[in-house]
Amino acid sequence: MTAQASPASSSEPIIRLDSVSKSFGALKVLRGVNLSLRQGETTVILGESGSGKSVLLKHIVALLRPDAGEVHLHGQRIDNLSERELVPLRAHFGFLFQNSALFDSFTVAQNVGFPLVEHAHKSRKEVEGIVRDKLRMVGLDGVQAKRPAELSGGQRKRVALARAIAMDPEVILYDEPTTGLDPPRADVINELIVKLRNEIGATGVVVTHDMTSAFKVADRIVMLYEGNLIFDGTAAEIKATPDQRVRRFIEGRATEEDLASLHDAMEDTRTDRAARMPER
Amino acid sequence: MSEGSPIVEFVSRIGARLVNGLAGFGRFWMFVLRTGRWLSTAVFLPRTWALVMPQCLEVGNRTVPVILVTGLFVGLVLAVQSFDQLNAAGLADRMGVLVNLSLVKELGPVLAGVMVAGRVGGALAAELGTMNVTEQLDALRVMGSDPVRYLVVPRFLACVLLTPVLTFYCDVMGALAGWFVAVVLKGVPSEPYWYYTADAVAGWDLMVGFSKSVVFGAAIGLIACYKGFHCRQGAEGVGRACTESFVAIFITILATDFFIATFAQGLYKAFYGFKPLI
Repeated sequence: MTAQASPASSSEPIIRLDSVSKSFGALKVLRGVNLSLRQGETTVILGESGSGKSVLLKHIVALLRPDAGEVHLHGQRIDNLSERELVPLRAHFGFLFQNSALFDSFTVAQNVGFPLVEHAHKSRKEVEGIVRDKLRMVGLDGVQAKRPAELSGGQRKRVALARAIAMDPEVILYDEPTTGLDPPRADVINELIVKLRNEIGATGVVVTHDMTSAFKVADRIVMLYEGNLIFDGTAAEIKATPDQRVRRFIEGRATEEDLASLHDAMEDTRTDRAARMPER
Repeated sequence: MSEGSPIVEFVSRIGARLVNGLAGFGRFWMFVLRTGRWLSTAVFLPRTWALVMPQCLEVGNRTVPVILVTGLFVGLVLAVQSFDQLNAAGLADRMGVLVNLSLVKELGPVLAGVMVAGRVGGALAAELGTMNVTEQLDALRVMGSDPVRYLVVPRFLACVLLTPVLTFYCDVMGALAGWFVAVVLKGVPSEPYWYYTADAVAGWDLMVGFSKSVVFGAAIGLIACYKGFHCRQGAEGVGRACTESFVAIFITILATDFFIATFAQGLYKAFYGFKPLI
């Protein structure tokens, strides 16, 4: 399959976030984030739990609207469009949700075929064929008749990925694609993300904690910290960065404060237990 | 925050409650408008009706048993309670009027509405609430399907179409139960029982009862779906959406029942004047 990127647009960012800010009540999640995503590239967004990675991802497809700032797709502003106007634009995207978000009352085949039936208006035979192909891509051909509740967490995730790529979207968003998967299965997902970029030129945005996955799939890595992007560069650059906040994240080290509170809590537990032990 | 004076805190808490309440009320009507906008186009599409049928099964078929039982006991109780007094006043053959008029105008629509609200209102809020917290609604949006068109419209249509039908079943069951007590058990002669009933229960009364059930059905569909769509995160959020849904529907049914009854009464008097039944 040839890449979809046209030569003229390879330097123009396909998605642009300008000074995007978002708060939920008193909680400021994003504080003026600037991010440009180039076509055909896979960008990994790192960040601590609760740092706003999923929120950022949802802004890209206008599932959330920024309190300030703008979101652009192919140069067109999308954060101020109505839901109706967004319908044709959303056909450009595939979204893999953190908890799969499969429709419980549908079978696997109906789930994966849903966007095809709703929008591409294909014949039943065509839909069956495409569903089979996508399921084969994720290694799950044969489970078409099962319901999500009958699948394991890893299988659900792979079905959700098949659904996300059913329409061969230009941009695929992955919200923690390998979380909850065992290492070999996680590698299958990583391989798939890379394959989708190489073979169909898909632009990927991956939110993850999994550093192995990040280093394998990323053309570019950015890190969110307290609502701002504190790093934007390649995998090689992030491994060499002097910024301790970033180093601590990629090396998996606890902060000084967390270690201190842990130490204090253990001390308290030890003294409590000693006090409760009978005299020997 | 500011001074922390108890009076300031108290007032600001009440103010916050009021503002949130108003915001919620406004959000509900925005939701209703959005549903209405989709309805106007969706009713003409065959694929909407393909989605409505399974909802009719849920809302309608599964509620019939409880509706029949409700109608049965309401009819029985009305007849049993009214017999002694009416009989003593020599008006035993007017029992049909009391039982059937109460059923058609008030008890049928209200109790059927409450039963549907209990069965369906909570279930709809739970189903949509669960879809909300598991991001299934977001998944629908991101695949270009409006969740209101895809989920709310079919459920709303099912509620609006079937609540009147279920009310009808309730009325019929109640009428039969009332007849059973009056004629079979208490020996009221059958012909005057039905003669006076036919005289008193006019097409107007049936229409008022029917209109009420349509409004109740609409309230059930809209409120239950709204609560599900806007529930808070987690199992607690979904649970709370269910109970709030039922309570809100119940109060709405009672309030609109009063307004429709008063309005219909006034309208009838304006057109036909007062009609004595005794």
